[in-house]
Amino acid sequence: MNDPYFDLLMWARGPGFTIALVVLAGGIILRLTEILFLGRKTDLAPAKGNAVVAGLKTIFTRSVPREGLVKFSPVTYIGGYVFHIAFFIAFLLFGPHIALIKSVIGLSWPDAGRVIIESAAVIALVAMLALLYSRITDPVRRSISGFQDYLVWVLTVLPLITGYIAVNKLIGDGTLMMALHILSAEMLMIAFPFTKLMHAVTFITSRYYNGAIQGRKGAES
Amino acid sequence: MTDKPMLPDLMRAHGISRRGFLKYCASLTSLMALSPAMMPKVAYALENAPRPSVIWLSFQECTGCTESLTRSHAPTIEDLIFNAVSLDYHHTLQAASGHQAEAARTEAMQANYGKYLLVVDGSIPIGDEGYSCIAGVSNLQMLKETAAGAAAIVAVGTCAAYGGIPHANPNPTGAVSVSDIIKDKPIINVPGCPPIPVVMTGVLAHFLTFGIPELDVLNRPKAFYGETIHDRCYRRPFYDKGLFAEGFDDEGAREGWCLYKMGCKGPTTRSVCATVKWNDGTSFPIQSGHPCLGCTEPNFWDNGGFYKPLSVPAGDYRKAALEAIAVGVVAGAAGAGLARANKSRAAKAHEKVDAHDLERKS
Repeated sequence: MNDPYFDLLMWARGPGFTIALVVLAGGIILRLTEILFLGRKTDLAPAKGNAVVAGLKTIFTRSVPREGLVKFSPVTYIGGYVFHIAFFIAFLLFGPHIALIKSVIGLSWPDAGRVIIESAAVIALVAMLALLYSRITDPVRRSISGFQDYLVWVLTVLPLITGYIAVNKLIGDGTLMMALHILSAEMLMIAFPFTKLMHAVTFITSRYYNGAIQGRKGAES
Repeated sequence: MTDKPMLPDLMRAHGISRRGFLKYCASLTSLMALSPAMMPKVAYALENAPRPSVIWLSFQECTGCTESLTRSHAPTIEDLIFNAVSLDYHHTLQAASGHQAEAARTEAMQANYGKYLLVVDGSIPIGDEGYSCIAGVSNLQMLKETAAGAAAIVAVGTCAAYGGIPHANPNPTGAVSVSDIIKDKPIINVPGCPPIPVVMTGVLAHFLTFGIPELDVLNRPKAFYGETIHDRCYRRPFYDKGLFAEGFDDEGAREGWCLYKMGCKGPTTRSVCATVKWNDGTSFPIQSGHPCLGCTEPNFWDNGGFYKPLSVPAGDYRKAALEAIAVGVVAGAAGAGLARANKSRAAKAHEKVDAHDLERKS
């Protein structure tokens, strides 16, 4: 006799995780290798200014919005900041997640209590709803949004919702909700390298490239 | 069987007062999630219910379930409840042996056909029936024979309920549970390795008083397996505060913090261990500093390791991930090479034109 919910949890912890990790790790490396191997043309006309320093600087400075843009697009900027900070608090400071990270890469850090974790999860969810509302109601954003944007939105909020339900046992069987939470995170892992979620890695290269262009003072060879 | 003393006589013989018996009935009523108003009915039924014949079959097991029930903190009222039934056959407890013992089983079956309660502990090997036999009769054959005339079956312990440790990978004997074989009788699973004594007697008492209790999807009485250990654990506040023990002798362990990171299976394990506890309510595994192994759940032996937290992957993913990284590097380099080759081909195919050419073409 087996418990189907527990079997699903064991599948999510076993083959499900392996599949998701293989796609995530292999996919990220594939995308990064491709970007880095494409390289840049040799600079035949040495210019003034230091493109490398400007590039590295821009990786960090672009985290701060340009003057006036917060007022111009408050939901995108504030919602974006709030979501990212709250999401990382819920993801990185929850004890069971830290145990997972420790088992995979060997690093660990102190845990936060459930009040902080659950508040962060709710705040992240509210921010995501605000961002979705803005995306749907703003004509420009709506017209530049495609299927992938909405897919990524769903894949991002699912772990937050299922995690909250699993910890608080709001609906359904606790074991089933835990399994669904892990599966939803695994779906996010699988989609990560091949969707806009990849920005979590490629923001470094893209910001560097933009910064390097701005930092180079001279004629293009 | 009818000449056996009833419960009040047994109580008096063991020096247990009526007050003690009523207190036990009150706790039993509460434990079975019955209304407090049912307590007098429980007491009346336990005193007066006709004692059903019970046949206890032990198959591939360690006798831990019987030990748990009979030797935990005797003499107790649990013992007396157990004694109140007419236990007509039990390998470990009966005085008879050999043919006489088997004759007692056959006699009890014939005398109470269709009415007796069958209690089973241990799993049943079906890989080869000869792996486990009693008096030359295979476990499978004995179970089928005895179950045929039973009113209901109580599968005591994880082995009888799910296959248990004999069922663990690679399951050399092809061990299965009672419910894998018997499909036409009501089966009450009382899993645990071993089950808590009062849970076993509580189920027997419920059967004596009100019949078969309400069961969950795994045929476990909801009254005893309705909530997870995690939800009733006294260490739960530490989980909520994010305070975890990470070793058996670290500060967290000494402070009595949550054992989740030590692999505790409390969040997915349904049992009353945290509330009823063991040894007359003295303690339970988590209280004594060890994570819950999840022994009331199916396949607990193979569920990814006792000391791996539930959030940690159960499989061996490292080799596959390293291979994926290697494949990713090769595929990425190949993709970049292809893009470069396309770019170079396009550059070579590029036709140089000047303003005169354009004017001529237009």
